[in-house]
Amino acid sequence: MGAERVAVVGIGQTKHQATRGDVSIAGLVREAASEALADAEMTWSDIDAVVVGKAPDFFEGVMMPELYLADALGAVGKPLLRVHTAGSVGGSTALVAASLIQAGIHRRVLALAFEKQSESEAMWALTLPIPFSPPLVAGAGGYFAPHIRAYMRRSGAPDHIGILVALKDRRNALKNPKAHLHEENVTFDSVKDAIMLWDPIRYSETCPSSDGACAIVLTDEAGGDAAAASSSSAPPAWVLGGAMRSEPTMFAGRDQVNPQAGRDCAADVYAQAGITDPRAQIDVAEIYVPFSWYEPMWLENLGFAEEGTGWKLVEDGVTQMDGDLPVNPSGGVLSSNPIGASGLIRFAEAAMQVRGQAGEHQIDGARVALGHAYGGGSQFFAMWAVGAEKPTS
Amino acid sequence: MAPRREVAVVGFAQSHHVRRETTRNEVEMVMPVLHQVKADLGLDQSALDFTCSGSTDYLAGSAFSFVLALDGVGAFPPISESHVEMDGAWALYEAWVKIQTGSADTALVYSYGKSSPGSLRDVLSRQLDPYYQAPLWPDAVALAALQARACIDAGVTSQAEMAAVAARSRRAAADNPYAQLQGSDDPDVLLKEPEIAAPLRRHDCPPITDGAAAVVLAAGDRARELCERPAWIRGIDHRIEAHALGVRDLTDSPSTRLAGERAGVGEGPVDVAELHAPFTHQEVVLRRALGFGDDVDVNPSGGALAANPMMAAGLIRIGEAARRVWAGEAGRAVAHATNGPCLQQNLVCVLEGAD
Repeated sequence: MGAERVAVVGIGQTKHQATRGDVSIAGLVREAASEALADAEMTWSDIDAVVVGKAPDFFEGVMMPELYLADALGAVGKPLLRVHTAGSVGGSTALVAASLIQAGIHRRVLALAFEKQSESEAMWALTLPIPFSPPLVAGAGGYFAPHIRAYMRRSGAPDHIGILVALKDRRNALKNPKAHLHEENVTFDSVKDAIMLWDPIRYSETCPSSDGACAIVLTDEAGGDAAAASSSSAPPAWVLGGAMRSEPTMFAGRDQVNPQAGRDCAADVYAQAGITDPRAQIDVAEIYVPFSWYEPMWLENLGFAEEGTGWKLVEDGVTQMDGDLPVNPSGGVLSSNPIGASGLIRFAEAAMQVRGQAGEHQIDGARVALGHAYGGGSQFFAMWAVGAEKPTS
Repeated sequence: MAPRREVAVVGFAQSHHVRRETTRNEVEMVMPVLHQVKADLGLDQSALDFTCSGSTDYLAGSAFSFVLALDGVGAFPPISESHVEMDGAWALYEAWVKIQTGSADTALVYSYGKSSPGSLRDVLSRQLDPYYQAPLWPDAVALAALQARACIDAGVTSQAEMAAVAARSRRAAADNPYAQLQGSDDPDVLLKEPEIAAPLRRHDCPPITDGAAAVVLAAGDRARELCERPAWIRGIDHRIEAHALGVRDLTDSPSTRLAGERAGVGEGPVDVAELHAPFTHQEVVLRRALGFGDDVDVNPSGGALAANPMMAAGLIRIGEAARRVWAGEAGRAVAHATNGPCLQQNLVCVLEGAD
């Protein structure tokens, strides 16, 4: 049985920043959703169902905030689902929304993800008790730093690779008006001289804590065709493949540097999208890189580079805006990180690239793009591939 | 709208629900239930194409609490998996959608709630509008009492009818080995008890429960292989209402009515209904919204008044309804789940045995 084709026809994002004190949580989500509807040339009444994603409710101190947001998201009288798959949730939100269309249940679905981290202290919220271990009280950076060390040891990558990634992403963010961090004066030395937070992760190699929301409007094939035929709207981005994979946080022998769940998830997406050589066939990738070193690590996990060689792509400039595999032209998670929304921002930015909507950070000729998100202890993965051409199968 | 693919509930397991799990954490609570539902069907995790769970961090008091529950599943090699911060009935919905896309033929759904570590009625007040309502800490029992008062004032129900619902439910639970509360005094005795949040008496309120549940879904011939008489999902739909209590008619449940219509409740006779009505007056509201007459056998399991594990009680309604269909006790059954304060969000599922 063939699943219905799915197209992205509307995208909206807030201006991400440390504190969006000018809006309530409802105002924040409304800003992104309204922009997505306007982009889709739709109104609230055109939407059949709403899927909301965000990371832990403790970040805002509101239990199941989608209940309170039903009105602001135009969901009254409609189905509303709330997804939570840790840091990968933004990606999962898009995939669950897409599945409602693939299943033939709805024609137009609004997917929205947000985080308003200024309501709390994300550092402590991300300090999770690890069974049988003394508490690190060190946030996500403290958790991931040893995995980065393990990568450096395994691959023999030189120390400056992380600095190159951070410098690239922060410079790319200068071309993205929605990005949280706009560091006009960032240089290799300014990143290198930044305070070391969790060795080897420097302050400037770390994602910020942001308030922000992202929304996309998904439609069925007829809706995508209509957008393609319209002279006033941007062309659709067609979903070529999407998948989620999960594995447990801890068990003996688990490879936390290059997790199997990530490799399996990518393989599933590539198989659906007919991608046999991701390095050659994918024009641009928005990859969830909250700490600089995760770019080379995920390049390997996603099959863009052989194991142990991802850092060479970084060093050779392959992932720069003008390289042959640009990664995170938006500035990525390193420049904007409303955690629950960060995955959906990756998915949306990938769609913006193939729709030709990315403005100053547009990659010329982008036809196929990858959106990627991960969460938990590198254990939850959500990815999609989108394209400018409607898939044939 | 008829579903594209025939999908059935083929497996169901639940914990023995208790007021307080003192020695087991959430993973230890959910793991036996997962093992049971798989063992009953002779399946291991690799035979389940998709897994979806429902839970909330606010009961566990810890961010990402669902992450460790994955340890109970056996998620290696890695699995295709998702999680909703909702009752497990919505996890079942997501799994059903996944099967409808054609990318899965089987799915495992589970959910759990351990309410005992906190003050549940206060914890639930954190679900409210964070700017205008939550700072006032109106607790869940007080809000239900407001709804009950509105229902009584509107002539929708009476304290006597509510007491009868309580007595009938907890007496029915005497046949349910998993129930937390079994048996009841007569309604006229119950009505002599003091009100705890007027007009609610203790018997009008659900117990506070620690518990878990799991369901297995399968499509078409896979369902027929796994189950002699599968409980086919003929329709499933869910709808949400506005959040502010002041803009809702609390004596009605328009989201239940709409979901029921979309799921096709009225398209045939209903033998059994499992309604997720934590408070007695809510059963009356739901029966009216679904258009049930006195001939419908409501909550033969005892319902949420006999065991109310948060995040699992809705999923359990679907499992209990399916169980009646498997046994041939029901030809057509309706299951309902609710989420949010005063029935804000509702899901309705129609299950049938094959003729």
